[in-house]
Amino acid sequence: MIFAIASGKGGTGKTTVSASLATLWENDVTAVDLDVEEPNLHLFLNPEITGTEKGYVTVPEADEERCVKCGACRDICQFKAITLMAGTLLVFPEMCHGCGGCMAVCPEKALIPGRRELGEIVRGRSGNMEFLMGRLRIGEAMAPPLMRQVKERMGFIATGDVIIDAPPGVSCPAMNAVMDADAVVLVTEPTPFGFHDFKLAWEAFSPLGIPMGAVINRAGLGDSTVQNFCKEKGIPIWAEIPYDRAIAEAYSQGRVIADAVPGLRDTFLKLKEHMVAAAEENDMLGVFRA
Amino acid sequence: MSAVKKVAVTSEGPTLESRVDARFGRAGGFAVVDLETMEVEYVDNGGSQSMAQGAGIQAAENVANAGAQVLLSGYVGPKAFAALQAAGIGVGQDVDGLTVGEAVEKYKRGEVPMAASANAQAGGNK
Repeated sequence: MIFAIASGKGGTGKTTVSASLATLWENDVTAVDLDVEEPNLHLFLNPEITGTEKGYVTVPEADEERCVKCGACRDICQFKAITLMAGTLLVFPEMCHGCGGCMAVCPEKALIPGRRELGEIVRGRSGNMEFLMGRLRIGEAMAPPLMRQVKERMGFIATGDVIIDAPPGVSCPAMNAVMDADAVVLVTEPTPFGFHDFKLAWEAFSPLGIPMGAVINRAGLGDSTVQNFCKEKGIPIWAEIPYDRAIAEAYSQGRVIADAVPGLRDTFLKLKEHMVAAAEENDMLGVFRA
Repeated sequence: MSAVKKVAVTSEGPTLESRVDARFGRAGGFAVVDLETMEVEYVDNGGSQSMAQGAGIQAAENVANAGAQVLLSGYVGPKAFAALQAAGIGVGQDVDGLTVGEAVEKYKRGEVPMAASANAQAGGNK
């Protein structure tokens, strides 16, 4: 089963939760860092890196000799990656989303497939755990194409469960990270910012129909707005992680808090039970629906 | 470059008294001014404003389609600059803070140099 650890707001503790879950997971598990813009799960899991490969997106390269200036490529491109200005064919490869439309419609085969580097896909192992992460090239703006390639590898190597450390926010990268999950963990903190972005995330992910539960990190800080909202909307609170200096210290040393801080192992084991139960229940409902 | 007949100015409105819009790609529109008659034709650029990306390139196409040989604006990004250059359109930058009429008069006096490169970063004026 696939579990995504997500949040609207950045810095709420997605990686902290992901690292703890992956570490105490007893079944076969693959930890996947899909926060490709700033992956940091490896800092906690310390995997031994076994392979790194580059990810690319196919972009058009212009063969000016063959171009008849018909403008078909310009007309089909939705992203202004290719245009004709006064008879000059201009390609902006960094704008290209790699759909291949321009190359398909060119009647003269004047556009040939080139490639733009998206970043790298890193594979490793940590004990019995498989590890996978994407790292976007500095300057690259498009995360989802690289994320898709990481997920493709995930399909090949994952034998047991998968824990995805998702990027923050509610836009395409975040959506991409949670859309294939069997259950989503929304990590938040009980502050006005935490609540604001938690609500956004809940609204954005709800239409996916995937079971969701909340983890309230830094519980004891702020107020009870998040808890009240969860109650009102029927969002189960699967775990509360206390606002505690010992946790912050362990985190700052790159340690996995479920191991480093007494009492937290049980918190995460219970969280795991809730996640698995929610995913299994949803699975059974799916069988009934089908 | 052939003789300049029409100058496009990024503009917040349709008249010579309208303020220059400092942005190029996401400008509200273009006041296309006939240098001889000083008549203004307004080209809406609203479509570019709502684009997720490529607003500067779309705006450059709009300027070319309007038949202008020179563009005056505040800040022009690198891709828009490349597109304007490919179309043979001269680019005068840093005329923000003026009205459209003032910018055109300044250009006519030869006080707006044609730029050799972009003066803004990609996506900088969203």
